[in-house]
Amino acid sequence: MYRYIIKRVLLVIPTLIGAAALVFVLMRLIPGDVCVVRLGSSGGTFDPKAIALCHAELGMDRPLVVQFIDFVWGIMRFDFGTSMWSGNPVTTEIWARLPISLEIAILATVIAIAIAIPLGAVSAVKQNTWIDLVVRLFAVGGTATPSFWLGLVSLLIVLNVTSAVFGTPWMPPIEYVPIWQDPIHNLSMALLPAVTVGYRYAAVSMRMTRSAMLEVMQEDYIRTARAKGLINKLIINRHALKNALLPVVTLIGIEFAFLIGGLVVTEQVFNLNGVGRLFVQAVQNQDYTLTQALVMLTVIIFVISNLLVDLLYAWLDPRIRYA
Amino acid sequence: MVSTTAHTIVAEELAPLPRSRLRRWLAFLIHEPLGALGIVLVLAMATTGTFAELIAPYSPTANDFGAMMEAPSWSHLLGTDQFGRDLLSRIVYGARTAMIVGLSSALVGGTCGLVLGVGSAYFGGRTDLVMQRIFDILMAFPLIIMALAVVAIFGTGVHNVIVAITIPLVPRCARVVRASALAIREIPYVDAARALGFGHLRIILFHMVPNVMAPFLIMVTAFVGQAILAEASLSYLGLGVQEPVPAWGLMLQGGAEEFATSAPWIAIFPGVAIVLSVLGINLFGDALRDTLDPKLRKR
Repeated sequence: MYRYIIKRVLLVIPTLIGAAALVFVLMRLIPGDVCVVRLGSSGGTFDPKAIALCHAELGMDRPLVVQFIDFVWGIMRFDFGTSMWSGNPVTTEIWARLPISLEIAILATVIAIAIAIPLGAVSAVKQNTWIDLVVRLFAVGGTATPSFWLGLVSLLIVLNVTSAVFGTPWMPPIEYVPIWQDPIHNLSMALLPAVTVGYRYAAVSMRMTRSAMLEVMQEDYIRTARAKGLINKLIINRHALKNALLPVVTLIGIEFAFLIGGLVVTEQVFNLNGVGRLFVQAVQNQDYTLTQALVMLTVIIFVISNLLVDLLYAWLDPRIRYA
Repeated sequence: MVSTTAHTIVAEELAPLPRSRLRRWLAFLIHEPLGALGIVLVLAMATTGTFAELIAPYSPTANDFGAMMEAPSWSHLLGTDQFGRDLLSRIVYGARTAMIVGLSSALVGGTCGLVLGVGSAYFGGRTDLVMQRIFDILMAFPLIIMALAVVAIFGTGVHNVIVAITIPLVPRCARVVRASALAIREIPYVDAARALGFGHLRIILFHMVPNVMAPFLIMVTAFVGQAILAEASLSYLGLGVQEPVPAWGLMLQGGAEEFATSAPWIAIFPGVAIVLSVLGINLFGDALRDTLDPKLRKR
């Protein structure tokens, strides 16, 4: 197992360096001079001295290799420089918004797992019945519904229902209060976005659970369990579902990183000041230092969650680590 | 005598029944109701997008300031937006934008992925190793994040959105196609083609590519849906297709949120169009996968 862990961890390093190189190159492909854009957007003049100063400030007057080494060294120390828009350190901007996004992501994962595993299993057990058809339609619907539209419609429903019941429309709060300070305020802010993002997540996991369960139900050991007279409930819970959950665990881990993509649009709908919204603002404001930091952060989260899933998978299934 | 009759019955049972196209379709409808629904939805979207000029009752950009935010009525079947534009016409033309972005991103991204994936499997060794690491790096970027990064560089607009969505699709297709191509590489006919002195390009294009078409077609179908969703998300964020081009995601931006309570139809109908079209493509893709994958045919 240790050899597998070391091998898998070592594989992460070239991926991260490659991703950093790609982000570095992408940000330098921006047409024109970043400093001209920066000075132009703040209404400044295009004085060559000001541009030279800006280049020096961003470290762009140094050779590209030095800039890249500096960029990678910055990532290793979690120092991404300062935001071109606000002038604050990028890490300060991100840390201030991270709790809200992280909470929604965790809540969405919990909701998705709670829906996906039981429904996926039921769908497989009741294969080709009306229950299976409804569950499959619900799952396909989840992969087809854009999270931002689901958010908009859910807000519409909440507004209209509260207006009809209480006389005044109610909107979920937008300011973040930690759950330990005011759980009701916190959950009324985070629950709706989490359900919105979690639906797609649940749909994908549900399809995987169904498919894995169908595969496992064909196995010889299930036939043996049936032949020795075990009741169906025990066969499904103890033998089939446990083994079918292996690929689902992988998918849940991979999808967790994709949640960040979902958050980018959902936070916009609910007006939440999270990392996803910061990303959109960074692109809109042409804040390249912030954009490259956020892209890199997403990649790091994605690669690490993939690594954790692989290690978990190897721990659960010995065939992987001995392969 | 009895035996002869029995033989005749068995022979009749074994004889292939003449299956007309209609009967095949009916059988498909009964066995794959969701797939049939998918085909209907895809055809509806394709027809709407192709014949938008004939179907749309108004111009998608024509403003009727006397009918701003009008509720659905006989003159405006799905109502109007805050600028007095007919929602049905904009949705009909939006189908064309979605089709252009969805199909071009999926086809270009898929084809590049197909060539790279098969090439990587065919050459193997160091080439495959390097390609795999490059795919690893590209796949570390979630689709929408990569698309946002590309839009940040090249700017907004239909063409840039297509580029932004195409790039992240390439490694995803390459990875899946490579897995199938690796198995094909081991089949003796590839060795036979090599022994006959065929060039690499000929072997890849005429002997390996046709044999990985099943996973490729399934991937491309899924990509069309993903590309439509990504375009809608980018346009909703104001970083995709720009006004006055009619696009479903763009229709949900601004007015849809601002007038959500007074004119909810602005927020509802474009979203329904996105859901139905992507749902149709996904259901069609599932049916296609079940048909092309013999293991899933009985499931």
